[in-house]
Amino acid sequence: MIYRENGQFKGSYAADQQIFPIAQDRWAVAGMVALAFLVVPLLANDYFLRAILTPFLILSLAALGVNLLVGYCGQITLGAGAFMAVGAYAAYNLMIRVDGMPLLAAFLLGGLCAAAVGILFGIPSLRVRGLYLAVATLAAQFFVDWAFLRIGWFTNHSSSGSVSVGNLQIFGWNIHSPADRYYLCLLFVVAFALLAKNMTRSAIGRQWMAIRDMDVAAAVIGIRPMFAKLSAFAVSSFFLGVAGALWGFIHLSSWEPAAFSLERSLQLLFMVIIGGLGSILGSFLGAAFIIMLPIFLNQFLPWIGGLFGLAVSTELVSHTEFMIFGVLIVFFLIVEPHGLARLWSIGKEKLRLWPFPH
Amino acid sequence: MSFFIETVLGGLMVGLLYSLIALGFVLIFKASGVFNFAQGAMVLFAALAMARFAEWIPGWIGIENQLVANTLAFVLAAVLMFVAAWLIVRLVLRHLVNQDIATLLMVTLGIAYFLEGFGQTVFGSSIYKIDVGMPKDPVIILEGVFEGGVLLNLEDIVAGLIAAALVAALALFFQKTSTGRALRAVADDHQAAQSIGIPLNRIWVIVWCVAGVTALVAGIIWGSKLGVQFSLALVALRALPVVILGGLTSVPGAIVAGLIIGVGEKVSEVYLGPYVGGGIEIWFAYVLALVVLLFRPQGLFGEKIIDRV
Repeated sequence: MIYRENGQFKGSYAADQQIFPIAQDRWAVAGMVALAFLVVPLLANDYFLRAILTPFLILSLAALGVNLLVGYCGQITLGAGAFMAVGAYAAYNLMIRVDGMPLLAAFLLGGLCAAAVGILFGIPSLRVRGLYLAVATLAAQFFVDWAFLRIGWFTNHSSSGSVSVGNLQIFGWNIHSPADRYYLCLLFVVAFALLAKNMTRSAIGRQWMAIRDMDVAAAVIGIRPMFAKLSAFAVSSFFLGVAGALWGFIHLSSWEPAAFSLERSLQLLFMVIIGGLGSILGSFLGAAFIIMLPIFLNQFLPWIGGLFGLAVSTELVSHTEFMIFGVLIVFFLIVEPHGLARLWSIGKEKLRLWPFPH
Repeated sequence: MSFFIETVLGGLMVGLLYSLIALGFVLIFKASGVFNFAQGAMVLFAALAMARFAEWIPGWIGIENQLVANTLAFVLAAVLMFVAAWLIVRLVLRHLVNQDIATLLMVTLGIAYFLEGFGQTVFGSSIYKIDVGMPKDPVIILEGVFEGGVLLNLEDIVAGLIAAALVAALALFFQKTSTGRALRAVADDHQAAQSIGIPLNRIWVIVWCVAGVTALVAGIIWGSKLGVQFSLALVALRALPVVILGGLTSVPGAIVAGLIIGVGEKVSEVYLGPYVGGGIEIWFAYVLALVVLLFRPQGLFGEKIIDRV
């Protein structure tokens, strides 16, 4: 009843090809964006903005990048964190080595540096496939970890690769309070999500999907595998690089290479797979799930322990968190291997027929 | 010269241990097409069980004999690994037949998180010792050939021998027993194997059990070298390039590649490391594997990948 496309006629090709052809979708997305811009900063307190919403936005952006590569182009990567690190450290170097470097330009150039490194580590994908490629991308992860730890020039010769930034400013806008940081991340995420959505609807996205479904067949019908795969690596690394720069500059303010370790790469892959491969919405849902789960468990377990009169030590909490996280991941993948995005689309199908399912 | 030989021999010993872990990956991948990221967690779990049982058993049965304690602990830990293998296949993998490789990879990561958390909850999370009476003394060999001879660690030699014996036993098991033949049949073709009456579920349980035992042996050897602690789970990351270099489906490949990576890592660290700031062991193996993969995308001994449209 609520969600029905009957009677929504399109008079032009442009109307037929728009991103959200159904009016309800359009209104829902517009409402969500308005909510995020206008209402959320008013309601949320500083802790909520700083510790949950900002990381959620930045990691959604990173998950978008991973999803373009893994979900749309079918190249599994375990080295996503490395490209975030490249973006963050490239932006840092640009800021300290170039006088009067605008922050925004540093972020985007950091993304471009990550894209260049991404192309370099994407070259093996032209010959190596599947799990072999997945393990091979770990080379990027470990090499980049090592480079930022051991090569002093990248980190301005600071010990153990830790760097810090301060005094962030864009066009005279001082980014200081949690709300400012939230707004900046939100702007980036909205712009990049729109970009990603449009890329996947256009020629390049279709090439990626053809390569994902079967690369030999795609080559036979005239898609250049080299261009398609390397462009996927470049775009994905660009997203990751920008997300990395945001993570370093906006969220952490001071960081070391461990912020972008293998854990981060696996976390991003979890987000994409739990959210749904090949789905823009899935990247956001997956990021929300993976970020909220540990926070929820962290709050919830001591409370459960208190219920039974047990004092739960922090060590036990962290181990139990690991256990429950693992079990939930396994359970979730068994119940819905295609991720949260699939659940959502099933829900939409149901809503179309509701309340008369037959 | 003698220093070079020492480095190479040291690399070979480490390499054998890498192949031991790599074997666990290969066995499971061959039989069920699952890339088992939880192998490292299994090594940690098995080693924790072994260490703590060996500590507790004298108190339980009242016999203060290290040999008895260690043997019983080994048996108990092996039984625990069998139960874990059965549970994993029964509760998880049976529901995920024919899923995407990425999904299966993530499931094993979930299992890894669970095993790490569970192992440390039950067995504690400090550093524990495994003492199976490995000799610790250094020995000097070939004194007549080089000046000063070649310095070796007796512990490494024993560990290498154990690893070699286990590999030989596995090879015999695979080639000479009917279960081994069934395992190879499943590895070749699931459907064909099933159609001639080989029970897939039981085969999967067996492979996970075998992988569990290799994890236990690897855990004991690494554990007595480094102490049983969380970082054992990370040793598996060092064995991953071995797996892809040798080929995901090849048992001999895992052994040869283990030796190559072990030697390559040590030699590069000693002779190349000082020029670039050291600590290159961790990525050198991956880059080596990557370069080889560029020329042989299926690894050194893997099955040739044939694409059909």
